[in-house]
Amino acid sequence: MSPNHATTERAAGTHGEMEGHGSKRSYLIGFGLSAILTAIPFWLVMANPLGNDGATAALVIVFAVVQILVHTVCFLHVNTQSEGGWTMVAYIFTGVILLITIAGSLWIMYHLNTNMMPGMMTEQVSQTP
Amino acid sequence: MFDQPLSKIIFGRLTWESFPIHEPILLVTFAVVVLLGAGMLAAVTKYRLWGWLWREWLTSVDHKKIGIMYIILGIIMLLRGFADALMMRLQQAMAFGGSEGYLNAHHYDQIFTAHGTIMIFFVAIPLIVGIVNLVMPLQIGARDVAFPFLNSLSLWLTVAGALLVMVSLFVGEFSTAGWLNYVPVANAENSPGVGPDYYLWALQIAGVGTTLSAINMVTTILKMRAPGMTMMKMPVFTWTALCSNVLAIAIFPILTGAFALLMLDRYVGTNFFTNDLGGNPMMYWNLVWIWGHPEVYVLVLPVFGIYSEITSTFSGKRLFGYSSMVYATVVITILSYLVWLHHFFTMGSGASVNSFFGIATMVISIPTGAKIFNWLFTMYRGEIRMELPMMWVVAFMLTFVVGGMTGVLLAVPPADFVLHNSLFLVAHFHNVIIGGIVFGLFAGMYYWFPKAFGFKMDVFWGKIVFWGWVIGYWVAWTPIYIVGLMGTTRRVRYFDDPTLQPYFIIAGIGALIILVGILAFVVQIAVSIKNREKLRDTTGDPWDGRTLEWATASPPPSYNFAFTPVVHDIDAWYDMKKRGAARPQGGYQPIHMPKNTGAGVILSAIAMVLGFAMIWYMWWLAALSLAALFIVAIAHTFNYDRDFYVSVDEVERTEGEHHRLATAGA
Repeated sequence: MSPNHATTERAAGTHGEMEGHGSKRSYLIGFGLSAILTAIPFWLVMANPLGNDGATAALVIVFAVVQILVHTVCFLHVNTQSEGGWTMVAYIFTGVILLITIAGSLWIMYHLNTNMMPGMMTEQVSQTP
Repeated sequence: MFDQPLSKIIFGRLTWESFPIHEPILLVTFAVVVLLGAGMLAAVTKYRLWGWLWREWLTSVDHKKIGIMYIILGIIMLLRGFADALMMRLQQAMAFGGSEGYLNAHHYDQIFTAHGTIMIFFVAIPLIVGIVNLVMPLQIGARDVAFPFLNSLSLWLTVAGALLVMVSLFVGEFSTAGWLNYVPVANAENSPGVGPDYYLWALQIAGVGTTLSAINMVTTILKMRAPGMTMMKMPVFTWTALCSNVLAIAIFPILTGAFALLMLDRYVGTNFFTNDLGGNPMMYWNLVWIWGHPEVYVLVLPVFGIYSEITSTFSGKRLFGYSSMVYATVVITILSYLVWLHHFFTMGSGASVNSFFGIATMVISIPTGAKIFNWLFTMYRGEIRMELPMMWVVAFMLTFVVGGMTGVLLAVPPADFVLHNSLFLVAHFHNVIIGGIVFGLFAGMYYWFPKAFGFKMDVFWGKIVFWGWVIGYWVAWTPIYIVGLMGTTRRVRYFDDPTLQPYFIIAGIGALIILVGILAFVVQIAVSIKNREKLRDTTGDPWDGRTLEWATASPPPSYNFAFTPVVHDIDAWYDMKKRGAARPQGGYQPIHMPKNTGAGVILSAIAMVLGFAMIWYMWWLAALSLAALFIVAIAHTFNYDRDFYVSVDEVERTEGEHHRLATAGA
């Protein structure tokens, strides 16, 4: 925060701790890791070493998730100390919500697709596990 | 594009036929609105109030004034939403046997859609955000919120959304697709008109405001608490405000996303929520209810906080089970994400999905029940003072418990298959929203009104408001519970079965009793202002309060506290009073404060024009206002003249005056 931002820290004398700007080293590590984590999925898709589309897609998703973690740690400086731990709490909370939203929606829509597609209507509903 | 007539290029879809001059009801309403509006404008001009209004209120970044303006918005929109309710009650009481009632189907559909949309988005949300804005920074001993300009922008974006909904009354039409603008009714092929577009743009604009406001409140609570106020020493209202706003931050983007996809469907012909080409309308239901269920808790959690503060103050006791109250709030926050499917049990999920969400829904009633017991134990052996706010708390407990129980009943999937889309469900959610949220908002308004304005509200008219709402609620909704249990469905404008008519007539009478309560509220405000000298509170602490907002003057000075209070106890102000802490009389320092800015009003006005242009396909105006939006927003970032200091002289004068009044009264 530059001195221009005085208004945001005006009240109650609670000046935010100045931290979490990272070092050149952490940015470079982040950049290197991101590049590698992007290159491998490209190679997986283009050279198709696994020979199995499903496994390739799953692996690409795994790399994407790792990529997200690299970004948050190296570029967004989320760690257990910054802002008294609140960035970490907020991050985990967001993760939980995303997981609930995506997993829940997939589960629900999968059920819907199985039970309610045309042709299924005459059979007994709720055959899905 | 250029082979179209010029009027089409300039006005898009807007033609003379868009104005509903063939609807006598709307014409009369329009005439009344124009007369009242012209009268207001004339009065403001006559008394030369424009400058004062602009400088002191519209451009203000003071959290207290923004809170008050949110509450005024909520009350005005309550009148509009309640007018819709009365029209529905009248229609349903009339339309039996040979009578078709007085509303055609298209008009009736717009009314129930507008009623739901307005009551949740432009009554409940502004009132909650308003009270949080007004009270929370005072409770934590802060001088303003973390981002004062953002606060002003949030307010005016909400106002812009509300205005768009109001404009739809007289220019074009409103959505007919229910309060969440459900597809497939709201799809382009089924609703080619402007109704769903009004809905989408109004709510997108207001939704940005709500999201920004939530970010602002969470930051304020986490970063700006007075020294000594650890998380577990925060007042319960602040806790609930925190959880509610955390919820809002997490869910509003989902709603915005769902609406954006529907906009793409309607404007550029994508197929996210259509019936063919891979689209799936149920995905829209899934997304809006991932927002919709937590939203219930966004609204009700701060209200639980209000009840907690009032119960503790008027029982003269510390809140029973503070930490269990906090944990219950946090548990509700998490669980509220795991229940959304109970809004569409009947959509065709299998037994495993339905049982998971059914059980999760039942589980959420446990922390809620714990809260009820905490309030009861707080009252137990307390010295209860039955002032207006406390009356609402008692009415809440009696009413809300019934709504909670019918909710648990509906959480059982097989029962829901019988009651889904019935009036039983409608009665249930009105039971929890009126009995829970509205009662709590009234309690909160009566409780903190003296803090905001320096005088209490008139008790006699307050009792009429109270009994009007409480009796009216029961008379209006008990018959609806009964017909709903017998299988009457919702959103229906005409009934074949004449034996149902008496129930709907009783419900209509109930709505009229609530009307008495609402009108009495307007009278009460006027009477209280007229008798303000008699109702004056000079101490700043009229109810023998326990939390920090009562430590400063009423109304508080713009800077709230001359010195930042230091907190040693949950009931910080009560603790100070008990220790006999003296008000500091000198040693003041200049106080750093944010400057007013008109940028929030201007940006929101442009956003509203953008919405209106997009609704009517006036592409040139839309492009122009979008460009203006960016230019004004960027220009505002170059405004470095944002803060000033309140001089020591002024602080000394303000504090001296408060001290003189407070000691003279005692």
